[in-house]
Amino acid sequence: MSPAAPLLEFQNLCFERNDLPLFEGIAGGVREGDILQISGANGAGKTTLLRVLTTALSPAAGSLCWRGRPLPRARTRYLTELAFLGHAPGLKLGLSPRENLRWLGGLFPQRHGAAETALAVLGLADWADAPCAQLSAGMLRRAALARLLLSGAALWILDEPLAAIDRDGVALVEQLFRAHLDSGGAIIFSSHQQLALPGVKYLELAA
Amino acid sequence: MARSGAFWQRLHRWASPPGFYRLSGRWVPWLAAASLALLALGLVWGLLYAPPDARQGNSYRIIYLHVPASFLALAGYYVMAVAGAIHLIWRVKLADMLMSAAAPLGAALTFLALFSGSLWGKPTWGTYWVWDARITSMLVLLFLYLGVMALRQAYASRETAGRACAVLALVGTVNIPIIYKSVDWWYSLHQPATIRLTAAPSMHPDMFKPLLVMIVAFYLFYAWVLILNTRAEILSRERRAAWVRELAEEDVT
Amino acid sequence: MPGPGAGFAALLRRDLLLAWRRRGEVANPLIFFAMITALIPLAVGPEPSLLARLAPGMVWIMALLGTLLAADTLFREDFLDGALEFLVLSPQPLWLLVLARVVAHWLVTGVPITLLSPLLAALLALPGSGLPALVAGLGLGTLAFSLLGAVGGALTVALGGGNVLRPLLVLPLYVPVLIFGTAAVARAAAGGESAGALALLGAITALALLVSPFAAAAALRVGIDG
Repeated sequence: MSPAAPLLEFQNLCFERNDLPLFEGIAGGVREGDILQISGANGAGKTTLLRVLTTALSPAAGSLCWRGRPLPRARTRYLTELAFLGHAPGLKLGLSPRENLRWLGGLFPQRHGAAETALAVLGLADWADAPCAQLSAGMLRRAALARLLLSGAALWILDEPLAAIDRDGVALVEQLFRAHLDSGGAIIFSSHQQLALPGVKYLELAA
Repeated sequence: MARSGAFWQRLHRWASPPGFYRLSGRWVPWLAAASLALLALGLVWGLLYAPPDARQGNSYRIIYLHVPASFLALAGYYVMAVAGAIHLIWRVKLADMLMSAAAPLGAALTFLALFSGSLWGKPTWGTYWVWDARITSMLVLLFLYLGVMALRQAYASRETAGRACAVLALVGTVNIPIIYKSVDWWYSLHQPATIRLTAAPSMHPDMFKPLLVMIVAFYLFYAWVLILNTRAEILSRERRAAWVRELAEEDVT
Repeated sequence: MPGPGAGFAALLRRDLLLAWRRRGEVANPLIFFAMITALIPLAVGPEPSLLARLAPGMVWIMALLGTLLAADTLFREDFLDGALEFLVLSPQPLWLLVLARVVAHWLVTGVPITLLSPLLAALLALPGSGLPALVAGLGLGTLAFSLLGAVGGALTVALGGGNVLRPLLVLPLYVPVLIFGTAAVARAAAGGESAGALALLGAITALALLVSPFAAAAALRVGIDG
């Protein structure tokens, strides 16, 4: 496969709320090694657009293709290669990070036996068995990021991955992003912050 | 092939809100005239000229309202569910507008069926409310309607509300026959063989003919009001569209 | 890639583990169930013949309210902490994941309520001959309640006022279950045959098992967008 094969492509996306378009005519895409940042004012529909890109919501008009095949028909294939992280970390507070990764492993493909390293890379080795209720918001977010490392997914779609993360955390996220892009992955994320990464493409949503 | 292409094109035009609005505008006067004429005929015939019943005297005449209303109450739920399914599967916006117009109309007819049933209960059983099988099923049906209407109210996004209501209406559709059968079963368990509202074993043709007229009249009336409701819904949702503005300007000048 | 059963097993395991960690909270519907039952003789009087007549219906209504109370945890928590997005975006079939949530809910609420019911029926002076039909009926019926409750829970998952709305949507669907369940107990308590009513109840539960996971999955895909 050529290194520049398009992963996700989307055209003319439109999403309506109460019969008014929240956004329309949105087009773009990512190839292997691409990183795309969605920006725009609050309420411009960043989260909605990201959820449309994951197929959690379906657009009023427009088309999405995964590796050249139209969605939602190629959906199952797409979802096995996608890792999504939303506003909320999606971890059960009554379970430890390790237990959370374990139940997520039943729902998504996961690299075997890599949980230990993933938690260590994110600085959670000492907290792997503590209930998530005892973790700070930033640590929770790191635990959620551990899932990305484990997933081996080609495309990461992340909604505000930098929220609640300290400066060390931001550097860590940049490092994770770089490694993912270098290994041929792609990233679509929303944030108000600028990342210190080369080659970030932007998609600005008008309010 | 060409014929079927033309068919789909025409269907598509009807299913677009402005297309339906124009087309239905032509139906409305006819439906209105036909349903009002038949309603008048059926009421006069049923209430004044049909013979009194041997056991129930004149009180049976409430069936001329009750029976058509309960037919339509049930049929209305299916109209709503089918419209919901069309909206859910093919994403036809018009179907959602029809569905949201059908819910309050069906609920009103269900209420009419309940109300007329309880009026009939007073002379027959000596009380306004009896847990008769049919009336109980109607009450559950009213709750099903109220659920759909409450769900639509609860959502801030109209798109989500429409699809959520469609799912609920479809689940209700699967359940309605089971609910009706189970209530019948329950009734036979508790109250064997009393007079039932609709189980007149050998209805005299002179009583039956006006009932038929009333049933047809109610169907036409339902179609008329449903279309009026849908047209109002179309205008309110498409109020920003160019064709509605043109329409409004035509009216003003 | 984990097989289709893996998601079901993982979710069931997760929910049972969570329920075990907060067993106090899980016991609340049971306590509610017991307390309300104890209020009935105080409200209608302690006369055993009257209580025995009311018992089948009362125990069933209490069981219904108990499962309804607990149905709030079905999807709402997963929605609030973001885990629901993982369920919806899993390559595993969503209806199977929904079924895992429902089975967990039933094991944690319906089954304990069923096991507790003979005790409460005895407090209400239900004749002993009605107990097998009560336990068998509640075992099936609470599963049907959980399945139907999942549809209501999925439809209201993103709504703040879902607590009040959900029962409105779900209660009419509970009617057949309630009718056959109470009839089975009443017949058995009167010394009659309850197999027919239980068979009908079983048929309804089987139908709910076939339809509800798909309906709830469709509802979740819609309802996740408030």
